Amino acid sequence: MTVAAILVLALGTYAYRIVGPVLGGRLKLSDRVRRILLVAAAVLLLALVTTSAFTQGHGFAGWARPAGIGVGAVLAVRRAPFVLVVIAAAATTALLRLAGVP
Amino acid sequence: MRSLWRTVALAPVRDIALVCLADGIVGLSFGAISVAGGLPTWVPVVMSLVIFAGGAQFSAVAVVLAGGGPVAAVVAGLVLNARLLPFGFAVTDLLQGSWWRKLTGSLLIIDESVAFALAQREPKRRSAAFWTTGISLYVIWNIAVFAGTYAGHAIGDTNAFGLDAAFPAVLFALVLPMLRTKSTARPAVIGSVLALAATPFLPPGVPVLLALLGLVTVGKSDRAEPRQAVVA
Repeated sequence: MTVAAILVLALGTYAYRIVGPVLGGRLKLSDRVRRILLVAAAVLLLALVTTSAFTQGHGFAGWARPAGIGVGAVLAVRRAPFVLVVIAAAATTALLRLAGVP
Repeated sequence: MRSLWRTVALAPVRDIALVCLADGIVGLSFGAISVAGGLPTWVPVVMSLVIFAGGAQFSAVAVVLAGGGPVAAVVAGLVLNARLLPFGFAVTDLLQGSWWRKLTGSLLIIDESVAFALAQREPKRRSAAFWTTGISLYVIWNIAVFAGTYAGHAIGDTNAFGLDAAFPAVLFALVLPMLRTKSTARPAVIGSVLALAATPFLPPGVPVLLALLGLVTVGKSDRAEPRQAVVA
C-alpha cells in the first residue's frame, strides 16, 4: 500500500459519506440504486474470500488454506463467536501444514 | 430483522458497548494480520485513522497481500464503500446545522452508527445513538488496530501460523449476514465463480473486480432491504 493509494481510498470513502449530508433533501437515491450498491459490496467480499482461499498468484494455493477457511466458514454459519472463527481457520491451516499438506 | 431492531432500541447502550467490543477484536486482527503479512506498522494505523471502514481496509490489504497492485486495492475498497453513499442519505437529518457538524459527522458514517441511529424513533435519540456509536467506534477501532500491530510483530512465519487463512475467514464472517438473503447470495456466488475462473488469466486483484459482473443477475423486482449490510 502506497501513501497515494491510502489517500485516494480515504478521500473517495469520505466523498461517499458526505454527499448525503451536503445535498440534504435535494436528491434522492432510487431503491434500485441503493440495492445495487449494497449487493455490490457483498459480491466483492465473497469474491475476495473465494479467490484468496483457493488461489495464490495465478495458480492453486494448496489444500491447507481453503480447508482452514472452510472450517471458519462453517463456524460462522453456525453463529460461532468471531474470535473462534478466526482462530479455528488459522489453526486448521497451520496444523494441516504441520502434517505436510501444502 | 424487525424484532432485532426493537430490542436494539430498548437497550442501546449495552448493545453499542457489545458492538464496540466485537469491532475492537476485528481491529486487533486487522493490525496483527497486516503487519504479520509484511506491511509496515504505519500502513494499518494510518488506514484506520483516515479511511475508518473495516471491510474496505481488510479488502484493500487482502488484495495487496495477494500480490495485487495499489490500483486494484483502491478500486476494490471504493466499490465496497459505495454502500456508504445511501447510508449518508439515511442520516442526512442528523447532520444538519454547522459545517463542522457535517464534516466530522460524515467521517463517522459506518454501518454500525447508521444502524443504531435508524433503530431509534425520536430525532434526539437518533442523534445521540449516531454520535455515541460513531465516536466510540472511531476511538476503539484505532486503539485496537494500533495494539494489533504489536501482536503482528511478535508473529514470525505467518504461513506456519495459518494467518493467510485468517484474513478470508474474517471477510466471510463480515459478508455472511448479507448472504442470508437469496437475491444477494445469487449474484455473489456467480461473481465468485467468475473471479475464480479468471484468476489464471488476469493480473492479481483484477479477478475480484470481474466478480461485479454477477450484479447483472440482480432482478428489477428485487426491492431494497434497508438493513442487511453489517460490515465494520
